[in-house]
Amino acid sequence: MSEIISGIAASNGIAIAKAFLLEQPDLTIEKKEISDVQSEIDRFTNAVQKAKGELEKIKDQAFNELGEDKAAIFAAHLLVLEDPELIDAVKGKIENEKVNAESAMDDISSMFISMFEQMDNEYMKERAADIRDVSKRVLAHLLGVQFMTPANISEEVIVIADDLTPSDTAQLNRKFVKGFATNIGGRTSHSAIMARSMEIPAVVGTKQVTKKLSNGNIVIIDGINGEVIINPNDNEIALYEEKQKEYDAQKAEWAKLLHEKTVTKDEKRVELAANIGTPEDVKGVLNNGGEGVGLYRTEFLYMGRDQLPTEEEQYNAYKEVLVAMEGKPVVIRTLDIGGDKELPYLDLPKEMNPFLGFRAVRLCLEEQEIFRTQLRALLRASRYGNLKIMFPMIATLDEFRQAKAVLMEEKEKLINEGVEVSDSFEVGMMVEIPATAVMADRFAKEVDFFSIGTNDLIQYTMAADRMNERVSYLYQPYNPAILRLVKMVIDAAHKEGKWVGMCGEMAGDPIAIPILLGLGLDEFSMSASSILPARSQISRLSKAEVEKHIETILNLNTNEEVITYVKETF
Amino acid sequence: MAEKTFKVTSDSGIHARPATSLVNQAGQFSSDITLEYNGKSVNLKSIMGVMSLGIPSGAEIVVKAEGADSEEAISAIEAIMKKEGLGE
Repeated sequence: MSEIISGIAASNGIAIAKAFLLEQPDLTIEKKEISDVQSEIDRFTNAVQKAKGELEKIKDQAFNELGEDKAAIFAAHLLVLEDPELIDAVKGKIENEKVNAESAMDDISSMFISMFEQMDNEYMKERAADIRDVSKRVLAHLLGVQFMTPANISEEVIVIADDLTPSDTAQLNRKFVKGFATNIGGRTSHSAIMARSMEIPAVVGTKQVTKKLSNGNIVIIDGINGEVIINPNDNEIALYEEKQKEYDAQKAEWAKLLHEKTVTKDEKRVELAANIGTPEDVKGVLNNGGEGVGLYRTEFLYMGRDQLPTEEEQYNAYKEVLVAMEGKPVVIRTLDIGGDKELPYLDLPKEMNPFLGFRAVRLCLEEQEIFRTQLRALLRASRYGNLKIMFPMIATLDEFRQAKAVLMEEKEKLINEGVEVSDSFEVGMMVEIPATAVMADRFAKEVDFFSIGTNDLIQYTMAADRMNERVSYLYQPYNPAILRLVKMVIDAAHKEGKWVGMCGEMAGDPIAIPILLGLGLDEFSMSASSILPARSQISRLSKAEVEKHIETILNLNTNEEVITYVKETF
Repeated sequence: MAEKTFKVTSDSGIHARPATSLVNQAGQFSSDITLEYNGKSVNLKSIMGVMSLGIPSGAEIVVKAEGADSEEAISAIEAIMKKEGLGE
């Protein structure tokens, strides 16, 4: 009987092969008293040497297959094995307490692991995993057990494990390892990141995959939907082989578009950009052929900490993104906090209706110190790229004017301080409050651009809290009410020669794309992984053709009618 | 004995890759080399020691070397600090 278990889709693709269970060896240690100190120390030194030899090999392999970045992990592992604080402490313990090398090593490394785990810095916490990985390797040599390694694999398999350590993933030979599934982990865990960079399908966080399979069982990994099919029958295998072919064909087509511009069949250009949360996300944008950053959510700089980020910290983050994007447009949204995103250290009172309350630019205009610090950081970074500053949650012209005036004041101050500020950055706003969509003709005279935030625009237009499950049926992106608002915004902007982007989920949605193209949207900003599929879809659409259908679509009655019409027409 | 005081200028302080470079460099010398910050002193040849200090940007740190090649060690450390943009 086949069985499907689900987990987290960590890396796209489909693989069908035999299962290879990568089990942790039994590293249970026993504390023993010893008499011959010197031979125990020799035994320890010997195990460390063997572990080093292995790591050198893994490092070289990682360097050749995965690049310098990934090899650096093992350079760090090697340094741990050379660390006098660790090595001398273990030897000292053997000598002074007359204990065996295994227990000395385990005690000392546990001490370091807990020390790093207690640090309140994510990077340091990860180092605990490195030390654990290294000490297991030494312990296996001391205990004389085989440290199961993916390096032993010599036929096509899918690796099944509780979790994969950095050294496991680096040893996965792409020739043989077709994919993997683990019990633990999430989309951003180390193993998931490695799988994406190796471009092999992976499903993580299944909780139970190791219990469901034995070595040699046939298994299918669906890294697109996050499913593992255990002991599939012939029909399922045939079905997934078909899916695999489709996926491969599609991937090959997408890959061809990586360095291409986004052009419709009738040679009209639009821009496909990505939404990001941190400077680290830029890599993903470029790897997916992003033509810009359409929304940099600066909130993440403010979250997960106990005080406001300094001007310097912000400046560095903004500069990093601008530099990395090499002159491509980067829309940075000023702080959008409040609503569902709280900052405990600001100590804001609880509100009855946070989405309709004191948030985003409303808060920034009141708490001007916070706002001015961010604006200064943005202005200082402006000369490093193509910056576009965007204010969120603008409801009235007066708010936009005030926000812009504060920005210009800070610009003036910086110039007087002798700081170089670009004079070509643009200033625009989010359109997410229906009032601004309706008044777009007036706003368009004063802004450089609009970016439509559909998630909020939909919830405010339909008066339906998007966090409330019971009214989720009202989240209707294709409702003609929404589409007509979008049209008003685009038409108003174009009349004044301004451009319009969209940075909500809708911009990357295959149903919405033909409509948005027909309405004349200039920039589509989406999650990086949607860019190539969207580029491919747009290349198959003719703008002149979709434009002909816009009037009909806007005159349909319901969300469902629009979906049906788009599916049947394009 | 030789010693030198540095002011850490890199934005993220001393951790990650720059720490690795410092420790690697220190390991090339026979002298005992220590790093002092905030009243604590660690072995500069120990990656875990250095990282455990969590040295932030703007920190003042003192590097001390004692042994036959202490002078050379300090100037090599200084060179790495500059090369990695860590401090001055």
